[in-house]
Amino acid sequence: MYIDPHIHMVSRTTDDYQRMALAGCVAITEPAFWPGYDRSSPEGFQDYFRQLTDFEPKRAAQYGIRHHTWLCINPKEAEDPVFAREVIALIPQFLDCPSVLGIGEIGLNKNSRNEMEILEAHLELAASRDLMVLVHTPHLEDKLKGTRLIMDAIKNQAKLDPSRVLIDHVEEHTVGIVLERGFWAGMTLYPDTKCTPQRAVDIFEMHGTERLWMNSAGDWGQSDPLAVPKAQLEMRARGHDEAAVRKVSFDNPLAFLSQSGRFKVS
Amino acid sequence: MAHAPTPLSKRALIDRSYLEHRAKVLDLASFLDRIDRASGEGADDFRMRAFESCCALLIDGQPNRAQRILELLSDHSTEPIARAGTKGATGAVPPSSGGAR
Ligand SMILES: [Zn+2]
Repeated sequence: MYIDPHIHMVSRTTDDYQRMALAGCVAITEPAFWPGYDRSSPEGFQDYFRQLTDFEPKRAAQYGIRHHTWLCINPKEAEDPVFAREVIALIPQFLDCPSVLGIGEIGLNKNSRNEMEILEAHLELAASRDLMVLVHTPHLEDKLKGTRLIMDAIKNQAKLDPSRVLIDHVEEHTVGIVLERGFWAGMTLYPDTKCTPQRAVDIFEMHGTERLWMNSAGDWGQSDPLAVPKAQLEMRARGHDEAAVRKVSFDNPLAFLSQSGRFKVS
Repeated sequence: MAHAPTPLSKRALIDRSYLEHRAKVLDLASFLDRIDRASGEGADDFRMRAFESCCALLIDGQPNRAQRILELLSDHSTEPIARAGTKGATGAVPPSSGGAR
């Protein structure tokens, strides 16, 4: 049994839902993301948010998987602050949907001033509504700097409790600083640019299993919607017991996400 | 639980994964050979200079190689940039950015 707490199912087929269910997936959370091209109008997000809150939960339910979502304009589309603020203004009308857990995945991509401004606007919305936050950290050479800038921006919002914020896509050089500052951390099992299952298990061995989860971040790129059960296999093969496997792939995401009051596994 | 120490012994880990990583070393070697054989520009590409520095860290005998390689490949500047000219990242710090360590 497992939870994949970060996967972009709008980009995946219904066959993937079936395979995930067969591998033991009982619940997922889907953060709002960049579709690979910039949307031409805020109305494009209105439709996307309907897909996330209405259509995907029904598609997932056919396979016994509970679908939840996080809303935002992703940092990859946040370089135009006027456009981004129009999208943020659409979010409140969806916040009463029972499967919306909070704001995400917000953060930075290239660590630009405009991205920072829109990150701060999202954080203000989360703080004003007492919402949980799921954070995307930048890729590759931009990750370390972006992770530090994001953590500072969150700390500037006194109303945001770090224990209700998860900072995702951590790797060996960022996991320690994220956990030290009281946040939850996510490891993403993604080819080439993020963690392999082997490295994720290494990070558990080095940093422990408190406030740490793993996800596939499966999306429209080359990625693997079964990455979490594959990491479970790696943990077992490396001699970790079932309690440890369950803690990182089920108990931890359940504990973090349940703070929303909306997360369900059955 | 503060941490979950590696349950397998050194020998068991080597038995389990040596061949997989032997193959990865050959991939690295043949990648470098392939670039040598190819013509055109790129001999001074900043990504390959960074790659060589990473290879040196692999054999320096010190711990936390993965963390140190990621730090070597990270932008160490601290201020937001003026504008995001692109959405992508290159995997090493471009010399023009001023953020290389
Ligand atoms: Zn994502």
